[in-house]
Amino acid sequence: MADKKNSVRKRGRPPKSVINDKPSREILEQLYEQMILIRRFEEKAGQLYGMGHIGGFCHLYIGQEAVVVGMQSMADEGDSVVTSYRDHGHMLACGMESRGVMAELTGRKDGYSRGKGGSMHMFSREKNFYGGHGIVAAQVPIGAGLAFAHKYKGDGGVNMAYLGDGAANQGQVYETFNMAALWKLPVVFVIENNQYGMGTSVARAAAGQDLADRGKAYGILGLQVDGMDVLAVRAAAREALEHCRSGKGPFILEMKTYRYRGHSMSDPAKYRTRDEVDAMRKQHDPIEQLRDLLLREGADEAGLKQIDQKVKSVVSEAADFALASQEPDAEDLYTDILIA
Amino acid sequence: MAVDIKMPALSPTMTEGRLSRWLVKTGDEVKSGDVIAEIETDKATMEVEAVDEGVVGEITVAEGSEGVAVGAVIARLLEGGETDLPASAEQNLDRPAAEPAPTGAAVVVEAVAATRVVAEPDWDGPTKQQTVREALRDAMAEEMRKDERVFVMGEEVAEYQGAYKVTQGLLDEFSNKRVIDTPITEHGFAGLGVGAAFGELRPVIEFMTFNFSMQAIDQIINSAAKTLYMSGGQMGCPIVFRGPNGAASRVAAQHSQCYASWYAHCPGLKVVSPWSAADAKGLLKAAIRDPNPVIFLENEVMYGQSFDVPEHKDWVVPIGKAKVVRPGSDVTITAFSIMVGKALEAAEQLSAEDIDAEVIDLRTIRPLDTETIVESVKKTSRLISCEEGFPFAGIGSELAMQMMEQAFDYLDAPVMRVTGKDVPMPYAANLEKLALPQADDVVAAARQACYRTQGG
Ligand SMILES: Cc1ncc(C[n+]2csc(CCOP(=O)(O)OP(=O)(O)O)c2C)c(N)n1
Ligand SMILES: [Mg+2]
Repeated sequence: MADKKNSVRKRGRPPKSVINDKPSREILEQLYEQMILIRRFEEKAGQLYGMGHIGGFCHLYIGQEAVVVGMQSMADEGDSVVTSYRDHGHMLACGMESRGVMAELTGRKDGYSRGKGGSMHMFSREKNFYGGHGIVAAQVPIGAGLAFAHKYKGDGGVNMAYLGDGAANQGQVYETFNMAALWKLPVVFVIENNQYGMGTSVARAAAGQDLADRGKAYGILGLQVDGMDVLAVRAAAREALEHCRSGKGPFILEMKTYRYRGHSMSDPAKYRTRDEVDAMRKQHDPIEQLRDLLLREGADEAGLKQIDQKVKSVVSEAADFALASQEPDAEDLYTDILIA
Repeated sequence: MAVDIKMPALSPTMTEGRLSRWLVKTGDEVKSGDVIAEIETDKATMEVEAVDEGVVGEITVAEGSEGVAVGAVIARLLEGGETDLPASAEQNLDRPAAEPAPTGAAVVVEAVAATRVVAEPDWDGPTKQQTVREALRDAMAEEMRKDERVFVMGEEVAEYQGAYKVTQGLLDEFSNKRVIDTPITEHGFAGLGVGAAFGELRPVIEFMTFNFSMQAIDQIINSAAKTLYMSGGQMGCPIVFRGPNGAASRVAAQHSQCYASWYAHCPGLKVVSPWSAADAKGLLKAAIRDPNPVIFLENEVMYGQSFDVPEHKDWVVPIGKAKVVRPGSDVTITAFSIMVGKALEAAEQLSAEDIDAEVIDLRTIRPLDTETIVESVKKTSRLISCEEGFPFAGIGSELAMQMMEQAFDYLDAPVMRVTGKDVPMPYAANLEKLALPQADDVVAAARQACYRTQGG
């Protein structure tokens, strides 16, 4: 967890120098901006949900920002991404526009799925983001299939398939581990262990709680990573991506992370204490950690404030856009069922 | 500038709630994420967090208030910065719903029937005798030669040459890059195929039999069939799921089911089930080229049967077009897959009784070519639907309804169905024969539809 000194724990191999990733201040600021963007976006989404503008299920990513931002900051342009329903952060980290994501949340025609997918089902072929899947773990074999396509086409791409700690107990994950290892598919399985699957803690759901070890039987290397530390995530991402790109097959990263909000908007989160949440927020917040680092590296408050302001206006513009956009036309009920 | 804090909706069904407790008071400074109040919803007590930063200027709804409507202002926050929402959005909580979508059978039928198909090319050139098995193999091989993106994946498809030898020879010609043996892992490889299709390949996924596709049905329906719609048209899934469907012989309940109506039920899929070798070849080629997910239902008993297949270097049969395989004027009999043969057998028997039956091979179950069926019913005024599957909610049930909607005035007798019996398939030879629909059942139904008694 975040309080461990050596945040990237190796399994069965000596640590490599690659762990000491020391990005430039410019990169640190980019990471900061992206994490802030996700957080502010999610807060706004929560607010719009509260006002009745967003319906159905809406799963916020607040607290987990360092995972996807760190991972995607190491990805190449041609790499593909697939994840679960807790997907807003992933879309933003893949470069999808806030306004299009927000407009999908409000169910409008300018949303990425033209209002027909909603929070859990959004896609952008342009940004190599392949969803947004509402069935727990269904994205895992799909990610391996995308990796299969990368390998088949020889395009050098790697797939990053994100899944939760709860999803890690689904059968199809192990079917996929087996095939991915057997065929040396370039896929990084990023297990976002936020310690709960809805209201069930990992301890109550998983026999053997080190999810990084779940690929052992298939010979898949796994690392446990402090997912609240964006630099630790980057170091792990680099290693995993290099491994995949060099043709050695899949890799598992278990990101120890935490979600501050309930599972979805309607979850009162009574299965954990307020103290537990507060402690994570106060001691391990990924954004605060990076902010402190930036200040130590010589960034000034005013500069960071500027980033905050910029992000705030992007998000508020996205919300305006999402509310001004029209609902889909009634005729759209019958479109996009089959390709003509 | 003041920001209104409103009663939040904290569940999809909440319309009002009780403001049970305030955790801040006027004058308090709050930061985003601070818990400011507790609210009882229809489901639970929830904490409300501040979204914006500022100072609590006014509390407008007192602690303990019941029935506070979602959207009502509960407090005001004073802050320096901008407000986050345009006034219009704030005012209009219950925005007008979209125009009610047109519903009702007529509209649905229109949507289904609107699928246009081109006519099958007529063929009077040379033909050769081929089994259905060979025709299917040739279809895959031809498409693989033509399109680098096409690959075949499944259990025992490569080195073993196919559990039913349908993929015979493919490994030799196309190598293990494109003909891939999988572990026994239907859910996994169906999902992997879907991902590969999203990644712009053209997978042909073989199920050893469609009974095992039940392991994978989540990926077929939830991922392959629905993603195009949920992505607003971005995520086409050009994939073929193929393999033997329905009863084989003496393999009992878990290995003997027809899944035509299961898959045909779902929008987003095409469902094809050919009878002849020519159609098997032409339709499989069309399925591989189709940009949509296609369920291709074969029949193990048919694999070894031979038919004339056109000697044409690119024989493609359009999906969505039924075929009149025996013209007649007294009664229309529809069937697909193995039941076409039984329907033809029945038609021969009926002709001896002076009943001239028209037999239509549906070939595609979805989109269903109702036009061809309606045209036939206009002529014969009678319809018998044949299928191997269970009667309840089967293809026959659907056909009967389609005729109510589209051909009611032309019918002189109720639509009838000949189906498998409503029981799991028994193992015993005699019981299995009783459970499966036979030519005699079709004959009996036709007589009844024509108001004839036997020999009368
Ligand atoms: C197959 C399936 N079963 C159950 C659900 C309901 N469900 C949605 S999310 C969830 C918990 C998943 O937890 P985890 O994988 O840890 O992801 P997290 O929500 O923590 O990101 C459950 C049970 C579902 N969507 N799909
Ligand atoms: Mg979880």
